[in-house]
Amino acid sequence: MTDATMTEFALPRPRAATADHPVARALLTATAMFFIALFLLLPLITVFAQALKNGVSTALAAIVEPDALSAVKMTLIAAGIAVPLNVVFGLAASWAISKFDFRGKSFLITLIDLPFSVSPVISGLVYVLLFGMMGWFGPWLREHDIKIIFAIPGIVLATMFVTFPFVARELIPLMSDQGRDEEEAATSLGASGLQTFRRVTLPNIKWGLLYGVLLCNARAMGEFGAVSVVSGHIRGQTNTMPLHIEVLYNDYQFVAAFAVASLLALLALVTLTVKTFLEWHYADEIAAVHKH
Amino acid sequence: MRTLSACLLGAVAVLAAGVASAADVTLLNVSYDPTRELYKAINTAFSAQWKTKTGDNLTVNMSHGGSGKQARAVIDGLDADVVTLALAYDIDSIAKIGHLMDAGWQKRLPDNSTPYTSTIVFLVRKGNPWKIHDWSDLIKPGIQIVVPNPKTSGGARWAYLAAWAYAEKKPGGSADKAKAYVAELYKHVPVLDTGARGSTTTFGERGIGDVLICWENEAYLALDEMGRDKFDIIYPTVSILAEPPVAVVDKNADKHKTRKVAEAYLQFLYSKEAQEIEAKNHYRPRDAQILASHPELKKLPLYSVDEVFGGWQKAQATHFADGGVFDHIYKPGGK
Repeated sequence: MTDATMTEFALPRPRAATADHPVARALLTATAMFFIALFLLLPLITVFAQALKNGVSTALAAIVEPDALSAVKMTLIAAGIAVPLNVVFGLAASWAISKFDFRGKSFLITLIDLPFSVSPVISGLVYVLLFGMMGWFGPWLREHDIKIIFAIPGIVLATMFVTFPFVARELIPLMSDQGRDEEEAATSLGASGLQTFRRVTLPNIKWGLLYGVLLCNARAMGEFGAVSVVSGHIRGQTNTMPLHIEVLYNDYQFVAAFAVASLLALLALVTLTVKTFLEWHYADEIAAVHKH
Repeated sequence: MRTLSACLLGAVAVLAAGVASAADVTLLNVSYDPTRELYKAINTAFSAQWKTKTGDNLTVNMSHGGSGKQARAVIDGLDADVVTLALAYDIDSIAKIGHLMDAGWQKRLPDNSTPYTSTIVFLVRKGNPWKIHDWSDLIKPGIQIVVPNPKTSGGARWAYLAAWAYAEKKPGGSADKAKAYVAELYKHVPVLDTGARGSTTTFGERGIGDVLICWENEAYLALDEMGRDKFDIIYPTVSILAEPPVAVVDKNADKHKTRKVAEAYLQFLYSKEAQEIEAKNHYRPRDAQILASHPELKKLPLYSVDEVFGGWQKAQATHFADGGVFDHIYKPGGK
């Protein structure tokens, strides 16, 4: 009897593996918050603080200046073309990969991941080697007066290359998880391919798709390396926002540089806010999809 | 989200179209890194003059970067009507590799097609705490030097050659001693930026290094922009005559039918008005009178590339080509 009581006292209270000690939990949370504050919040605040150093009107003047507006325009064009095309590609690729069996499937998946593993500088150089004057198609393009690199098409191509995997990478695991049962059921009930896609597949994947689009958009607007190689840096013509920020910084226009940087950061924050709002608004629906 | 960006896109496009329709003629001037402020002033002055002369609205678009990188971009198809680069070798490459202009381009304008010259000086922290007065002081133990990469930057190649010329031409100097001196100098360089402006911000804004070896104009600009109370400019006893040349890119100008305005633009660089602008931006104008009226551009003995190195083609092949002297003496990270 005494022995048994002793044993009970000596053994720690049994507890669930996931229930942490409150101190450990507080410590972990504090560490995470500390790193977020140090590496995310502080730099972000610095950007805005630098931009507003000489007042709101100076910051605004830097943004409505023609070269800056042209950079904003270039960024929106690049993202506006790259993102929709990547949506189409991402849908097609993940549909093919998750719903059909074919030879070279794993090779295709590897290829889709390629832009993640290749340095953006190389992504840009590829287009210079293809379409530059010394490249394969350069002389022909020049003869026909078609500009690809050092012009909008080159910037769009480079942006597409680096953002290529974002939508597909979000969708492939999701669609593979869901399998093809629902689509097969729809088809057997007489639905056409398009109907199946619109009524069955799309509702199942819309959150993953949205997330992929948002990530893709953020990267498309922020890309520096690849675009820098193909841009030619013509002021007011082929500079995107990230490139324009570098130009301003190197021109000793620090306040203007940070003002444009703030605008770029704001665009990213808008993207995040939209995502958070949608997640909050459709929380039930998202939970239902995740149960699959 | 997408409708929003479409709206924004539309709004911006309308704005941009409004701005663009006013321009009748455009030139693209592809230049090297430190000329940003210079050509901003030149372009305003020349556009005004061109307007009164021809009635055309002229817009000169600019692209700036390391001189070697810019030459490469023009060869790859960047549509420059004129190039205004840091050294003749880079324009030679456009002629030789890109076949975009005549090989004899440098004879087309006066003074080897260089309307202004410059030289290499030192920028040190206020009060000159390391007592740096000449090239020999740079290799004192503990000194950190900031200078860009000679592979990509024109200014860096001039800086390298200036150091070499000093060591080879000083009493008792020789090519071997120069090589040893330059090798020692680059051991004091912790990091090489790709362009002149990058190393100026590294030194000035980020506070790295004890001395910046840079263009004279870049040194004065650093004083103007970042404060005269922060830095001192040190003129060594000798330096190099840096000649940054200008040229019309024939094939591009002919294709765009801009040859006339492109030539007039480069001619303008030799006019009294432009020479004064160049001097104000701390370049050394060819006009002796205007140069004399800017005493801050100090007189000092300057070696030319031709007399010490036998011209740019030779200097490039010996020192900066792959496997050249620079590759032998420079180990990334110093020491």
